[in-house]
Amino acid sequence: MKRYLIPSIALVIIALYFIATVTKQEAPPDNTAQLKEKYSKRSKASVDHSKFSQLQRTFTRPQDVTAACIDCHNGRHTEVMNSSHWNWEREEYIEGRGVRYVGKKNILNNFCIGINTNEQSCNKCHIGYGWGDKGFDFTDAKNVDCLACHDNSDTYMKKSSGAGMPDPTVNLTVVAQKVGRPTKSNCGTCHFFGGGGNNVKHGDLEKSLFDTHRGVDVHMGTDGGNLECVDCHTAEKHQMLGKVYSLSSMNRNRSTCEQCHTATPHADDVINEHGVKVACQTCHIPEYAKVNATKMAWDWSTAGRMKDGKPYEEKDSLGNILYASIKGTFTWGTNVRPEYVWFNGTASHYLTGDVTDSSGPIAMNALHGSYDDPDAKIIPVKVHRAVQPYDPVNRYLVQPKTFAMKEGEGGYWKDFDWNSSIQHGMDYVGLPYSGTYSFVRTEMYWPVNHMVSPKTNTVGCTECHTRENSRVANLKDFYMPGRDHSAPVEFIGTATILLTLLGVGVHASVRIISRKRQ
Amino acid sequence: MKKQLVYSRFNRFWHWMQSLLIMFLGLTGFEIHGSLTFFGFRQAVAYHNTAAVMFLVLIVLAIFWHFTTGEWKQYLPTREHLLAQARYYLTGIFQNAPHPTRKTALSKLNPLQRLVYLALKILVIPVMVVSGLLYMYYRYPQSSGIQSLNINGLETVAILHTAGAFFLVTFVIAHLYLITTGSTPTSNLKAMITGYEEIEHEEPQRN
Repeated sequence: MKRYLIPSIALVIIALYFIATVTKQEAPPDNTAQLKEKYSKRSKASVDHSKFSQLQRTFTRPQDVTAACIDCHNGRHTEVMNSSHWNWEREEYIEGRGVRYVGKKNILNNFCIGINTNEQSCNKCHIGYGWGDKGFDFTDAKNVDCLACHDNSDTYMKKSSGAGMPDPTVNLTVVAQKVGRPTKSNCGTCHFFGGGGNNVKHGDLEKSLFDTHRGVDVHMGTDGGNLECVDCHTAEKHQMLGKVYSLSSMNRNRSTCEQCHTATPHADDVINEHGVKVACQTCHIPEYAKVNATKMAWDWSTAGRMKDGKPYEEKDSLGNILYASIKGTFTWGTNVRPEYVWFNGTASHYLTGDVTDSSGPIAMNALHGSYDDPDAKIIPVKVHRAVQPYDPVNRYLVQPKTFAMKEGEGGYWKDFDWNSSIQHGMDYVGLPYSGTYSFVRTEMYWPVNHMVSPKTNTVGCTECHTRENSRVANLKDFYMPGRDHSAPVEFIGTATILLTLLGVGVHASVRIISRKRQ
Repeated sequence: MKKQLVYSRFNRFWHWMQSLLIMFLGLTGFEIHGSLTFFGFRQAVAYHNTAAVMFLVLIVLAIFWHFTTGEWKQYLPTREHLLAQARYYLTGIFQNAPHPTRKTALSKLNPLQRLVYLALKILVIPVMVVSGLLYMYYRYPQSSGIQSLNINGLETVAILHTAGAFFLVTFVIAHLYLITTGSTPTSNLKAMITGYEEIEHEEPQRN
């Protein structure tokens, strides 16, 4: 018996080791209670601007308001002027392209295509005054629009087609005396309406969020976290945390779920482990555009049709534009199930002038990542698909001049002449135009980060771990339990089981028959 | 004819625990695999992982038992009567011929059983245990932490584990049927429950 002593002790130790390693680690403390406590305290303005003598005057020019702001907040304007909100471009390292200056200033998208030649209209959302063409002086601090973000009177608005100038109806004196921390209405005025209408671009950022409930967005719902945008998108020296990959390329300055919720917020280790390869948003945002529709597709090639010689619009019963002579045909979606991609935080961009094939859809902002990429996670995206003008001779996408104040200036929305519109646009950006145009398919990827659902309404296991209609059916570069199997193993395995059953059946029958005969 | 203890108390405990665990692992495993729906995916995963740990502990205990009691010798393969045993299952059994080998406490297994159980012990179970552990402790490509198990994806592991599961299902079916081929259709089952079986002659020298 003695010779078994050591092996038996060893075996017991091994057994204990196994039990110990699989015993659940202590679950991290759930910090939602602390978060709720912290964010339920509404921020109160520390000063009342209406009492300041510097603001006891009548402002008629918005630049005078800016000068008054800078008088006390000296130096803040330089922070703003270093931000992408002001420059509409950022220094970005793009894989395979090197360092580029990329932003709304120079990039094409697959909605209204681009701001060049259209600044008068597009730049309504610039945080400056008077960026009407490329001659705008980015070094003039007086053109910084402090009010767009800091108006707390809810009366400030920018003029349509006014190159960022305030609407003439705005009482600048009232606004100047009531400034403070940015609220949803400051951010949402631009970020909810990008692309020329509510929820056109993002899908998860739209006007219903001004006043919503937690079923739509657990963070912003007034019965939920009731958070302001800047609670998560915090700023240091006017540099906001968070950016969207329609324009960004690098994995930096991201506003993440983890900054509040930690990387392991679940009590269940199996769910926490998913976080290694699956972004929080993937399970916690089962659908977007929960209230108002978002634009899913835009076909510029059908633009220009007339009714009785006049441009027209067709709308669906909910008021979504289905066709507009100036823009073409639109497809809308509500309660949209996202598409899923691998994403490591870096993206490349179609840069104006990039020569490209016209056959497949052109990726305007390819998101990088794969299963094998240690930094990549599965994220939900809205894919916006478009058909937009292209120069088939020079083989690049074109920048048309769409906006014009009046006819005869080359603006497509007034003249409905693609050739003239493209010629104007391309001359402006300094690229040759062959004189012929065609239309190509393009795709743009919008990571979905908002409209987080309450935890009772997350994506369930078998919406992905399933053989049929898995949410991640398109991600084929890895093996996923429940979704994947080896066809040969499945066939041989099933056949073996069936043959065994058959063999048992036959054997048993013969036994029974032979026994009866005897 | 006398009743003799063939299966010791631990032997029976081990056998029935193993059979329960294998069937439970099969049920939950094939649910995870997407072949059936019973507990719900999330519960199936949790149950499968727990049962796997219990199975590992049981295996450790069984290995200990096999070596301390010398029971491992039961699984040494032999060619003696191998063909006779095969012939018995193919023809003899239908003619009411006697079993070519006799069961004793020291030689419980016929030559075919020895082969199949040995294959289970040194091939199928180890493959299931190793692939199962890799499945559990597989580290996804990630930037943080040690790459202790830097294997290229779960695919090979998962497919091996599935193949093993199919084999075990086949084994269980055949095993359940072969239980009925004892001296009476229920004698083997009774023996594995009570531990005692009626054995004609005690021949300790066999094998």
